[in-house]
Amino acid sequence: MKPIKAYGDTLGDGAIQLSFTLPVSFGGKAKEAAKIYVQKMGFKSADIVHAEPLSEEFTFFVAYGKTDNYVDYDSVEYSEAVDKAMSMDEVNAFIKQNFKRKIVIVGACTGFDAHTVGIDAIMNMKGYNHHFGLERYPMIEALNMGSQVPNEKLIEQAVKINADAILVSQIVTQKDTHIKNLTNFIELLEAEKLRKRFILVVGGPRINNKLAAEIGFDAGFGSGTYAEDVATFIVKKMYERLSEKK
Amino acid sequence: MEKKLKLSEKKIEKARTLAENITGKIQNYIDSHTTVAVERASLRLLGADGADKNGVPVPNIIADSLKDKCGFGLCKYYLNALAKTGLDVKELNEKIAEGLDISKIDMADLKSVEIKAKEEIEKLDKRLEENVSYRNKKLSEFAENEKKPWIYVIVATGNIYEDVKQAKAAASQGADIIAVIRTTAQSLLDYVPYGATTEGFGGTYATQENFKIMRKALDEVSEKEKRYIRLVNYCSGLCMPEIAAMGAMERLDMMLNDSMYGILFRDINMYRTFTDQFFSRMINARAEIIINTGEDNYLTTSDAVEKAHTVLASQFLNESFAKRAGMKEELMGLGHAFEMNPEIKSGFLMEFSQALMAREIFDKHPLKYMPPTKFMTGDIFKGYAMNTMFNFVSKATGQTIELLGMLTEAIHTPYMQDRALAIKNALYVHNNIDGFLEEIEFKKDSTIRKRAAQVLDETVQMLSSVKKIGLFKAIESGMFADVKRPPEGGKGLEGVFEKENGYYNPVEKYLKNKLGIADTAEAK
Ligand code: B12
Repeated sequence: MKPIKAYGDTLGDGAIQLSFTLPVSFGGKAKEAAKIYVQKMGFKSADIVHAEPLSEEFTFFVAYGKTDNYVDYDSVEYSEAVDKAMSMDEVNAFIKQNFKRKIVIVGACTGFDAHTVGIDAIMNMKGYNHHFGLERYPMIEALNMGSQVPNEKLIEQAVKINADAILVSQIVTQKDTHIKNLTNFIELLEAEKLRKRFILVVGGPRINNKLAAEIGFDAGFGSGTYAEDVATFIVKKMYERLSEKK
Repeated sequence: MEKKLKLSEKKIEKARTLAENITGKIQNYIDSHTTVAVERASLRLLGADGADKNGVPVPNIIADSLKDKCGFGLCKYYLNALAKTGLDVKELNEKIAEGLDISKIDMADLKSVEIKAKEEIEKLDKRLEENVSYRNKKLSEFAENEKKPWIYVIVATGNIYEDVKQAKAAASQGADIIAVIRTTAQSLLDYVPYGATTEGFGGTYATQENFKIMRKALDEVSEKEKRYIRLVNYCSGLCMPEIAAMGAMERLDMMLNDSMYGILFRDINMYRTFTDQFFSRMINARAEIIINTGEDNYLTTSDAVEKAHTVLASQFLNESFAKRAGMKEELMGLGHAFEMNPEIKSGFLMEFSQALMAREIFDKHPLKYMPPTKFMTGDIFKGYAMNTMFNFVSKATGQTIELLGMLTEAIHTPYMQDRALAIKNALYVHNNIDGFLEEIEFKKDSTIRKRAAQVLDETVQMLSSVKKIGLFKAIESGMFADVKRPPEGGKGLEGVFEKENGYYNPVEKYLKNKLGIADTAEAK
């Protein structure tokens, strides 16, 4: 057991800052309500350090609170899709040595989502932040289908070019549209008995590896991902599947 | 305003001439074409409105029943139906919504169609004129409370009634302009939904009823704040001209309305977009609605330092296209942005330089300056600091329309408190640095002067290359925003029609007349 609490300036003080709006007009009563509200959230102490009206009907608060709640760090389960990424050269060498052919990856930003920058960062030649994209990898055949690609189209293309892996990007997450769209993607694959044929990877700023697994993907990547992270995951997973077969 | 960057006037002139040249070629195409959206917009301006029980809007019902007639102009059929049935516009709309097919009504003589056209156009002109004069009256009544830059914020809850609460709060905090951002993917719908809406993703549907609801709310708050609060929506996508029509009728004050945004960022066909933008801009020009162009977006898909000149080049093109649509400079809110990677050493100097460059080159235009977005992250505290730098540049370089950055840009569409914090930041900076630019000048060899000169040089080069290959090819090869679009690709090409001999559109004629645009199609 390793209990942990938020840290302000003394280990274990449980100090946290909050800011929020309540639908009441500004005044002493509003502040008192805010304080009670913070206490109800599990803070044993609560200071409303700032309050101001946003309109006649709304008030904004900044609060500091201290809590006895803790998390047992030892019981937290989470694992990244990739612990340590290989470099581009290492990935290429790995592919040459283990598969003796180029691997094929198709990707798209799907559904109504028109954000291309994320998937481009992973796939396009130029890459992102001085990390080359998959198109630059000599042993990878990468096809970026762009944005607003229907799930059906992406699957169709993956089958057509006999892809090893499919990359899906989801940036718009309001009202959980991404979850619905990603779930639909998995269902379509399952309906066509194609789920096991591809390695499925999803990425976007609100995606993580755990969420991806829950939806049915093999891996998920969030903000700050580079092509080498994804490439490493894919080639290792392919290798794992190859070994299983043998 | 005294010009401090000492840019070469000759080069600026050259860029303008190149742009004129480039858009001239496109304009030839535009003049001889119409689109299904232009026809529906024209119908709307004549009074077509409402929807059937499945929610199909009346202008779409008409266009669907007369699909092969677009090249001749659809207004004739609507006006004919009015003449033949003796119904008024409202009654006719109801009949159409109930199933009356106006394509089946015998054509009366052109004379009675023209009498009806004259009647309806007079009504339209009166309505638009009232809107313009109301706005001007309020602007002068509250002139002493106007501040510069105008503070522009977005509401986007998906529910128009919730948007109203957020908008009113923002106005009372100091916002001058409220934009109701549209729901995800509305730009790809080939119709404008009807009625008030309470569901949307990352935005709220643009409908005429929603326009009306927000307009009323902002008019109320304007009286209270003694500032005229402007209303903005998005005149882009497959229904660009229809949104313009609705905005003109409901007294919106600004419209996002770019000549290329739809092509680059929504994959809408270029022929469609160019034709639609022209008609939309005539409507906006007539209704004295300020347009906002979308150059800021280029810097999200391509590098803000390397591709700064694509913004300036596009501003010249947007300016030229707008001019062709009869628009005055005072209505051209050309876009640009503060989008450089915050890690760049002395990046601020480049941002400052480019913002001032835009100001000096487009000195009559209500420039629209956009905040950092791409490099905003979940670190809201760093983001707040970046927005402060942006506010500084915006005020110091005299921008007109300042879209405020939100500390939560990378997370969600703004909460009420996000907006309030942004306004507070802006008001603080605006007040605190007031008079800054008047106090300073730039050394001849300063980074700030050299950067602007370099961007202008690159712009002239770029426009020369675009002129050589033509704008279609330029877009196809990815010269704007690093996005490549083929001329025949994208959505909506099937809705573009060559104007046939005898094309009839009294709305177009009215607009061209009002705006002093030569009617080339007719002369032919
Ligand atoms: C640029 C931008 C746009 C541009 C997109 C241009 C383009 N061609 O991409 C334009 C202007 C078109 C745009 C439009 C809209 N946008 Co926008 N946009 C952004 C913005 C500012 C930056 C996104 C970006 O490029 N980030 C940089 C890239 C590199 O980061 P990334 O996408 O996170 O990608 C990284 C990781 O996530 C990961 N990754 C991403 N995909 C994948 C895939 C795989 C397989 C892997 C392994 C990894 C991976 O790796 C990448 C590199 O590290 C964000 C705000 C922000 N700062 O995040 C809003 C934002 C994403 N947009 C938003 C919204 C709401 C919209 C609109 C719906 C607005 C509207 N109502 O019209 C429309 C969308 C229309 C549509 N149909 O989708 C919201 C989304 C809110 C939400 N949580 O749902 C945001 C957060 C802004 C906001 N606060 O409102 N937008």
